[in-house]
Amino acid sequence: MSEQPLFKVTIDNITIEVPAGTTILNAARKIGGEVAPPAMCYYSKLEGSGGKCRTCLVEVSKGSEKDPRPMPKLVASCRTTVMDGMEVKNITSEKVIDARNGVVEFLLINHPLDCPICDQAGECHLQDLSYNHGKEGTRYEFQRRTFKKHDIGPYIQLHMTRCILCYRCVFTADQLTKKREHGVLDRGDHAEIATFIEKSLDNDFIGNVIDVCPVGALTDKTFRFKNRVWFLKPMDAHRDCPTCSGKVTLWNRGDEVFRVTARKDEWGEVEDWICNTCRFEKKKTSDWIIEGPRMIDRHSVISQGHYAGNIGTHKPTETFEAINDGRQPKLLMDIHNISEVNKPEITLSLLDRPAHSTDFTK
Amino acid sequence: MGVKLLLDKAHVEGIRYFETYRREGGYRSVEKALKQMSPETIVEEVKKSGLRGRGGAGFPAGMKWSFIAKPEGVPRHLVCNADESEPGTFKDRYLMEFIPHLLIEGLIVSSFALGSHDTYIYIRGEYAWIVDILEHAIEEAKANGFLGKNILGSGFDCNIYVHRGAGAYICGEETALIESLEGKRGNPRIKPPFPAIQGVWNRPTVVNNVETLAAVVPIINMGGEEYAKIGIGRSTGTKLISACGNINKPGVYEIDMTISVEEFIYSDEYCGGIANGKQLKACIPGGSSVPILPANLLLKTAKGETRLMNYESLSDGGFATGSMMGSGGFIILDEDQCIVKNTYTLARFYRHESCGQCSPCREGTGWMEKILKNIDTGKGKMSDIDLLWDIQRKIEGNTICPLGDAAAWPVAAAIRHFRDEFEWHVLNPEESQKRNYGLAHYADPIHVPA
Repeated sequence: MSEQPLFKVTIDNITIEVPAGTTILNAARKIGGEVAPPAMCYYSKLEGSGGKCRTCLVEVSKGSEKDPRPMPKLVASCRTTVMDGMEVKNITSEKVIDARNGVVEFLLINHPLDCPICDQAGECHLQDLSYNHGKEGTRYEFQRRTFKKHDIGPYIQLHMTRCILCYRCVFTADQLTKKREHGVLDRGDHAEIATFIEKSLDNDFIGNVIDVCPVGALTDKTFRFKNRVWFLKPMDAHRDCPTCSGKVTLWNRGDEVFRVTARKDEWGEVEDWICNTCRFEKKKTSDWIIEGPRMIDRHSVISQGHYAGNIGTHKPTETFEAINDGRQPKLLMDIHNISEVNKPEITLSLLDRPAHSTDFTK
Repeated sequence: MGVKLLLDKAHVEGIRYFETYRREGGYRSVEKALKQMSPETIVEEVKKSGLRGRGGAGFPAGMKWSFIAKPEGVPRHLVCNADESEPGTFKDRYLMEFIPHLLIEGLIVSSFALGSHDTYIYIRGEYAWIVDILEHAIEEAKANGFLGKNILGSGFDCNIYVHRGAGAYICGEETALIESLEGKRGNPRIKPPFPAIQGVWNRPTVVNNVETLAAVVPIINMGGEEYAKIGIGRSTGTKLISACGNINKPGVYEIDMTISVEEFIYSDEYCGGIANGKQLKACIPGGSSVPILPANLLLKTAKGETRLMNYESLSDGGFATGSMMGSGGFIILDEDQCIVKNTYTLARFYRHESCGQCSPCREGTGWMEKILKNIDTGKGKMSDIDLLWDIQRKIEGNTICPLGDAAAWPVAAAIRHFRDEFEWHVLNPEESQKRNYGLAHYADPIHVPA
């Protein structure tokens, strides 16, 4: 095998060497932390994904060593490959922050604010994205687009109202199963993911569309409304499965298995696809050999901060703080600082009535 | 009377049929190209001619042709983009309807130059009757030995297929067109790779507009250098303009890009002035997606020079005080037309035609439409105008294909030049419902924003 040339790329003032052909996003993920742009539609395991959601836009301030001209527009980092000597600005570019702000606003105008009753809440990528890059309020004053809920097969429910049209589930079905039976109908903001017409999806691996969905549009019917994910304890487990690798994460409360998902890495991406039998039918602890607790996604409320750039082989020596005079990468909005609910000036237990929102703004 | 290269024979009786077309000197360029020229020299001639893409972007056609990859053993394709769906543009329809053999002739020569043995015409689905005209023309050309195997004994094989679209504006974007031609959903692809490297079925592909390919015929007949002498500067040759709106003589005109906008609107040879003796208020000079210009900036540039009907002059001043040549859909609005309503109509179009891939375009176009509808129906707020500006700013440049830009530009330009009209609509909701706001002072001398 011939040696691939290494390209030097600088992202937010941190320099890293990556093989030629790596995308900016993957180079940034090697650095880790806030330098990695958010991605709602890109999925490294799915060929052809990415480029659609526009949350991963970055500014290329220097094209390459040979051609140092900056790129005229912001580029989608998930689909742009690095060049030697490229300089990229992610969170250090105001243009990027502004554009990303816009994208989040666009994504949210038709997305329902039903997080309190949504199964995805707590592990929702759109939730994380809005906390990091969104605004406090919306300027949208019109009715939101709504759809009816559809049962696609015995195990999966499709709630198009929540969908952000990332196309991940379409790519998953296309690449994992022999015959894709769902796709995108219609155009523009009335486009919808659908089976044509009202078919059920019953492929062995179709359950994986639930895992790749960045929002709560595709949900597990065996788990719907059973529990909130942050009350569950994720455990790595495996079993001898004739169809898949059998490596899963169990979500337990006490001895009870509430749901089974594939193992997800730091970026919320599935490590091994699992089959429907493992996911939907093996809901007893006795079905599994438990390996130990699972660390979950860097953003998640379930267990925060367990991952710190442990994917890359070489950790860069220059850290973001060192380059930026000790300035920490800062989130645009920190929910804990903004929400009054988190810092009540009154003690709720002293009230002899239900608390009201006015109690918090006193 | 300007030079006419494409439409000079368009009104000869029976020109739609091979015999008449041939008698009038048709298919000479095929004979010349296949017998006396090599593919490289044809590309060289087209480069010399300075022909620019007539579909809207104005990219030099010869340059585009020279980018095509030529890997060993991989077929190459030429695709003719006849998916003309831009509101206000109907020049290709005219050309294909009246003189279809000109396009076929241009396609044969271009296919020879690019080495395409299977050439496709992707035509918009609504042009159903033109499909029949083109297929008839292709059959005739085949029967007379200008298509098929071993054309004119040169050893070059070429077939032309007509492929009907299914009514999506987005399929006029070259990569969406390619997807649609492959039988997939018409979503634009992410560039790179460019179609010249990986196009239809991952083979090197060139996609050109109907008019561009038709213009290859006079270029080969008269030579690239002669062709380049027509016109001014980098705007060489002739351009078809489809004029519509409040003018006396709407229609398709062939101009040689040296005439002024004023002459084009007011002379009897072309548009024949504003209809019903009204005053000119504004103009969208290049199809619905290019920025609208008020009368004072249309006839003269911000520097006070006369604005000409060509690529450079129409875009003089950038988007602040200029517009674009675009695809040549020249829409005139008289003093009775309402800019808010006009912008709302365009926004509705782009919302309907957005493919829904990129979030800014999918969600933003619908949002802009709703706000504009509110303003138009007298329910707008002053803050809506700034909001519109902010939305268009966040769509423009942040999408995969230029539809996002195309949706953002008309809104941006309308607010930039006609902000007072938007404000008037917000402040006088009742009156705005009763009459359109015809402001005469857009015909006043130029006011250049600092």
